[in-house]
Amino acid sequence: MPSFLQNGVVAKIEKKITEAFKVFDHEGNETVDVREIGSIVRSLGCFPTEAELHELLAKVEEEEPTGYVHLEKFLPVMIKVLLDRSYRPIPEDVLLHAFEALDENKSGYITKEDLVKHMTEEGEPFTEEEMEKMLSSALNPETNAVHYRDYISMMIVDETDDLPQ
Amino acid sequence: MCDPLLSLSTAIKATALIQRWYRCKRAQLEIRRRYSLTIFESIEYADEQEQTQLSNFFTFMLEHCVHRGEGKEKNQSTTEIYEKIDVPDSYRGPRLSFPLNIAHAKALLNALKNQQLLHPRYVLQLLRETRRLLKEKPNITHVSVSYFKEITICGDLHGNLDDLLLVFHKNGLPSENNPYVFNGDFVDRGKNSMEILIILFVFLLIYPNDFHLNRGNHEDFILNMKYGFTKEVLKKYKVHGMTILYHLREIFSWLPLATVVNNKVLIVHGGISDTTDLDLLKLLERNKVSWCLTDAKHDICWCQTPAASTKPESSELCSSQVLDILWSDPKKQHGCTLNKRRGGGCCFGPDTTDQLLKKHNLKMLIRSHEFKPDGYDLAHDGKVITIFSASNYYEEGSNRGAYIRMNPDLVPHFIQYQVCVSTDKRKNWERVKTIEQSALQTLQKRIFIHKQKLMDTFAKYDSGRISVSDWAAVMESVLQLKLPWRTLKSRLVKTDPDGNVDYMSCFYYMDTARPMHQPTLVETLCKYSRDLQMIFNIMDEDQSGLISPDEFRKTWKIFSSYLDIHSHDEAIDKLVQSIDYNKDGYIDFNEFLEAFHVVHKLENKAA
Repeated sequence: MPSFLQNGVVAKIEKKITEAFKVFDHEGNETVDVREIGSIVRSLGCFPTEAELHELLAKVEEEEPTGYVHLEKFLPVMIKVLLDRSYRPIPEDVLLHAFEALDENKSGYITKEDLVKHMTEEGEPFTEEEMEKMLSSALNPETNAVHYRDYISMMIVDETDDLPQ
Repeated sequence: MCDPLLSLSTAIKATALIQRWYRCKRAQLEIRRRYSLTIFESIEYADEQEQTQLSNFFTFMLEHCVHRGEGKEKNQSTTEIYEKIDVPDSYRGPRLSFPLNIAHAKALLNALKNQQLLHPRYVLQLLRETRRLLKEKPNITHVSVSYFKEITICGDLHGNLDDLLLVFHKNGLPSENNPYVFNGDFVDRGKNSMEILIILFVFLLIYPNDFHLNRGNHEDFILNMKYGFTKEVLKKYKVHGMTILYHLREIFSWLPLATVVNNKVLIVHGGISDTTDLDLLKLLERNKVSWCLTDAKHDICWCQTPAASTKPESSELCSSQVLDILWSDPKKQHGCTLNKRRGGGCCFGPDTTDQLLKKHNLKMLIRSHEFKPDGYDLAHDGKVITIFSASNYYEEGSNRGAYIRMNPDLVPHFIQYQVCVSTDKRKNWERVKTIEQSALQTLQKRIFIHKQKLMDTFAKYDSGRISVSDWAAVMESVLQLKLPWRTLKSRLVKTDPDGNVDYMSCFYYMDTARPMHQPTLVETLCKYSRDLQMIFNIMDEDQSGLISPDEFRKTWKIFSSYLDIHSHDEAIDKLVQSIDYNKDGYIDFNEFLEAFHVVHKLENKAA
């Protein structure tokens, strides 16, 4: 990208990152609690894995962990993430395939037990709280299963209430 | 048949993908909830600062109207007044007799739970006894806890009766062995402020040594005018409402300022400053202290009605002592600075806290005053605790409330709760959406109110399009709200493919229920609709909800002269003439003002 274009883009990205950061900057001194970094990164449209998040944290944390992250350290790392388009969002069809992969019988749903087993034992396991929260919106109480097509549609539609453009 | 190893690895990959997606979705939902609460909080504080211009007017109106109603007997005691009020046989509510006992309290709780109204005669009697008791209390109450007698500390309730009842249900009713401290802000915003006061005063009278109230910044008749308590009382008690409010004003001034537990834990509503001195606080005449808030934007100062102090030269010192106690907020950086966000009190840092705790040999400070999503929060290394007891404060699902139980270890135990509507089967994301919509509507109203100023500022840019940065800068400076404008942009305005903002587009989606040809008048009416409602309620002597066109004009004239907006007089006349709701020539002013609420044109799907 030509450098003059790059600068304009970088300036915009920088402002976007700073704004997201400030929502969590409770004392107005350009620091946030390290535990909020995940939320900030995700609020900027990125979909990192937990491992990727830890990697990022290692780059932005202070040498002696204070529990806080400074904006000046966070900014360059995050700008690169956005410019490189790391941690891309997951397209709807890919998500659907993932659910289908867990649906051995190709029945269109995954039982609660199966889902819990997968989510809490494999990959980057869910905590009990995360599992509970997911079930509260995904589980159909009548069938005690997750009908994943419906679930995905619901979560995608809820996306935005932006004004008609 | 799939290779089991391959399908296992596929399953793991699929699981990891779903986990990744879910965590991100959830974080994004959390962000939306977070910035919705930021919107609410910012607007709340900005609103608090805009008191100034009307406060003198309200003071005048309150004095004028109350004495008009009571036959100019300024010193008429409460006794004489309530004795003249008969309680009809048809009244099915609780009948109080003094001295009160726990049976009265239980009957009262039951009645208020069932939305019955306590008869004004009993209210005034209750107020008389409460005032008598409070006058005897010192500015700072000292209490002790033992292992058989733990103490419970509650924060802001803000008229949420359900929260108070929930606390009593979870924690037991107050008694000699179950003492309570309520740390101010009992009233305003919620719809049962009066009921909360009644309950608190009743328990205060029954257990005067084991039930303690601290004054909050909302125990103040000027804030009550703006934030709903005055309106609630007038609506519920009509003719006697003004008398009740008048006597409450004095009662509020007699509320103690602080409570100290086991000489180690200081409990005040707001906080402290680097000049806070408990010895000074102990001695001042709390009912005579007046105070000033400054509107940081306009450099105007508004004051509670000053009463003659016996020590005029120290009255300024006393005011700031009380102001700091009721309005201050903790901050993370060191130092003690003026609290510009609130217009009163300070922002005090950990060093200020340490200084005060050391000076008076204290262990910690418990305060309220600030909304907290989890009902409580710790600051200054655990030495400052914020306790907030109004759940669902901004909107259903917005936050939990909490209370503290403390034993002689002086280690606080937090109990959280949230009042849930039992039919609320909404999922988390639906709740977040509701909160978000509510926050955005509040923000849109504010934008609408400042429409003229916004347009004037935008006009300096050409062509109707403006860069995102410039748009954000204008919004922030005109509305004086530090919000994540870039994140909110897509909800408020249209952007073109180049990424520039069509700044007029935010007004396309908003209008008032009654479109008018006088835009600035509409903005004014919208901005001041709550205040106007207050004024009309005061003027409406028989509380019928109706006002004659003449009275309407007269009221408008007084009002507009205080605000210096004479240019609308003609427009108002035209408006008055066109209003013809009631054939007998009266205007239902509530209906009239309802028309100036901002509506969202796209909202009808919700209706």
